[in-house]
Amino acid sequence: MADIAPVTPAEKGRLRSVLAMLWADKPAFVAAIFLCVVLVCALIGPALLDAVATKQNLRGRNAPPFDLSKGWLLILGGDALGRPLLARIIVAAQNTIAIAAGAVVASMIVGSALGLVAGYSRGRWAQIIPRLADVIMSFPSLLLAVIVLYMLEPSAANIILVLAITRIPVYLRTTRAEVLEVRERMFVQAARVMGASDARIVFRHILPVVLPTLLTIATLDFAFVMLAESSLSFLGIGIQAPEVTWGLMVAQGRPYLTSAWWLSFWPGLAIILTTLSLNLLSNWLRVALDPQQRWRLEMGGRKNG
Amino acid sequence: MADHLLEVRNLSVTFHTVRGPVHAVRNVSWHLDRGEVLAILGESGSGKSVSASAIMDLIDCPPGQITSGELLFEGRDLLKMGREERRDINGKRIAMIFQDPLSHLNPVYTVGWQIEETMVIHGTPRARARAETLALLAKVGIPNPGQSAHKYPHQFSGGQRQRLMIAMALALRPDILIADEPTTALDVTVQAQILDLLEKLQAETGMGLLLITHDLGVVAEVADRVVVMNGGEIVEQGSAAQVYANPQHPYTARLIAAAPGKGEMPPDRAPAPPLLAVSGLCKRYGEFTALEGADFALAEGETLAIVGESGSGKSTLAKCLLRLDEPTGGQALYKGADLFRLSPKDLFRMRRDIQMVFQDPTQSLNPRMSVYDLISEAWVIHPEILPRAQWKARAAGLLAQVGLLPEHMHRYAHQFSGGQRQRIAIARALALEPRVIICDEAVSALDVSIQAQVIELLADLRRRFGLSYIFIAHDLPVVRDFADRVIVMQGGRIVEQGSVRQIFDAPRETYTKNLLAASLDPDPAVQAARREARHAAKVPA
Repeated sequence: MADIAPVTPAEKGRLRSVLAMLWADKPAFVAAIFLCVVLVCALIGPALLDAVATKQNLRGRNAPPFDLSKGWLLILGGDALGRPLLARIIVAAQNTIAIAAGAVVASMIVGSALGLVAGYSRGRWAQIIPRLADVIMSFPSLLLAVIVLYMLEPSAANIILVLAITRIPVYLRTTRAEVLEVRERMFVQAARVMGASDARIVFRHILPVVLPTLLTIATLDFAFVMLAESSLSFLGIGIQAPEVTWGLMVAQGRPYLTSAWWLSFWPGLAIILTTLSLNLLSNWLRVALDPQQRWRLEMGGRKNG
Repeated sequence: MADHLLEVRNLSVTFHTVRGPVHAVRNVSWHLDRGEVLAILGESGSGKSVSASAIMDLIDCPPGQITSGELLFEGRDLLKMGREERRDINGKRIAMIFQDPLSHLNPVYTVGWQIEETMVIHGTPRARARAETLALLAKVGIPNPGQSAHKYPHQFSGGQRQRLMIAMALALRPDILIADEPTTALDVTVQAQILDLLEKLQAETGMGLLLITHDLGVVAEVADRVVVMNGGEIVEQGSAAQVYANPQHPYTARLIAAAPGKGEMPPDRAPAPPLLAVSGLCKRYGEFTALEGADFALAEGETLAIVGESGSGKSTLAKCLLRLDEPTGGQALYKGADLFRLSPKDLFRMRRDIQMVFQDPTQSLNPRMSVYDLISEAWVIHPEILPRAQWKARAAGLLAQVGLLPEHMHRYAHQFSGGQRQRIAIARALALEPRVIICDEAVSALDVSIQAQVIELLADLRRRFGLSYIFIAHDLPVVRDFADRVIVMQGGRIVEQGSVRQIFDAPRETYTKNLLAASLDPDPAVQAARREARHAAKVPA
């Protein structure tokens, strides 16, 4: 029997091997650390820094960054009311992450579930569900948001709801298209010959093939949702002051862009870094989840193509 | 030494991959003369196509690198020529045809235009190119050239497309034609026609023909000389008849021994009560009838082969039996129950008894599941077979039965070779303890020596467990070795059925006779005799 590629011992502890694979991809490793920091800020930031972040200090209005003379809190500068930007960014992490994650997770679950049904079943639902997506797509998402939030109270939960609904078609269409292709693959037929139930075929054979694509879209969507949320705030129907999000901070800094760039820059940077980190991490996850690609990470991070 | 039309000297090609350099070919030397047919014979991964790719400048550098050697065309080294000069030789002096003609014809242009274009690019005026195209189409046996020139590639059959490719390659009257597995994707009768055409054209034009193939039969049919390759090296070369009759290298001897169709045919079995009796099975897709009035029976422990060319309905038959496709009519009695009218619960139970092994194990094994997951899935679905505690042990046992190691359990399908993957697929089918296994071209995608091993395994399982097989194949020699009875199908109908001896020794139907005549024997002497007979038959007519 000819050569078979050597296999790394699978029994050396799941967590350790996952960490080893993460270490092998240095950018993903840094991204994971950054996301952990963001997560910690989101969890305990408001409890620690809420008082500091809302305290106005008129002498520190639009205070420039990197000036330690007014205290370390103003190292990133102060906003139009002299509130320290660093503290505000940390406090805003909670709302931002909660809304973005909530909207992305909700739309991904609902969208891909509908997509699986639409792609797998050959019945009436296979016709109806894609039309549903068309209806949502044909409706300008901002208009939908304005109407819904005008009627409902603009709370975080409602913003998540609106954003989730407008993003569902993306997942639905992608999932459906992929399922239509995967459904015809030989190994799905083989499972059917063995007598596998529909649920088993969908969740054990089809979903794992589709999942990496969905995760990649989800990370890209994360940034989209953060910015969409800020434009809602800009229109005055999103998160309301004194509550704050990164998107809202960017929007609030806009009038001062020529005189005090840092008002919009720092929260903008936070959005970019978070999205970038998610992207790097999802890229790593895609490789780590695929048995045919995993060796790239197991070989110790030597990259090829 | 410049007398050879094309000479390859000490060619070594290395591919740089993440897993280190791979020496695709090492110190390969061969030559081709005018009017000669040279075959390069080898199994997959032997490097048989690499030297041809080097000649055509088709090796991607990097990752590929020609580390040493010379490619002498009429005494001049191709590797020392500039890009422009090589482009002038490629296509014009040295032309190439490929395995899959559909992917090498542009679907948005008419075939006539594409052939013309080859000539126009190399400087023929449009009007003359058109006239020559029509002459070429007639020459390669395309019916009605005037109209066919205005058709698109998808309007032709597989064999005709290969003829079109040949016409395109011959448009500039090359000195050398390289054919890379030109008939592998074709049915046997079409293969015979294409080989015949190549031979005729070569005799007319006096070009050198380089044929790359894995098929001993193709070598026997057309080659004057043969180069046998294994693992990137030439193990043997000589005249085709001499290499076959008297192989010097053990690898060549093994390869020839592995060629199917030489063993004793099994004796006719005594009639036994049928395990599965199919009658009047038909399947229509709209207006199109894929399968009509199929009647046959399968006895316990029997191997029933279904042979036929593509489109004959043999795969549709398998799919209907497994209820992957719903048949339009007919019945299939298995142990007294009609397979086509089972309740979902009974159908689920039946799944255990009738299993399938698919053609391409790369596609039929889920790439995201380990071997253990693949095999144990059977017991997840049918928990009554085996208590969970015994899964590991049984999976190890099954792997041992199909000739793999229990340690292989935690690997994934892509870490195995093609033959090993098919073994995994067989182990998975066995996990359900079936009575009948339907093999849909289960060995067609495998190399000859691997094919022989897998057939041996299937025969061994038949002896030990009394399994019955429905063995769908287009390769007659394999069927001759392995099956008890044969069904011959054509255009959705069963044209003939009988024991292996009846079909192979005394075929009644013309179609069966044609099929048998077209299938190639690995022995050049036998092929030569058949060719003689064919020509003799043609001359009076």
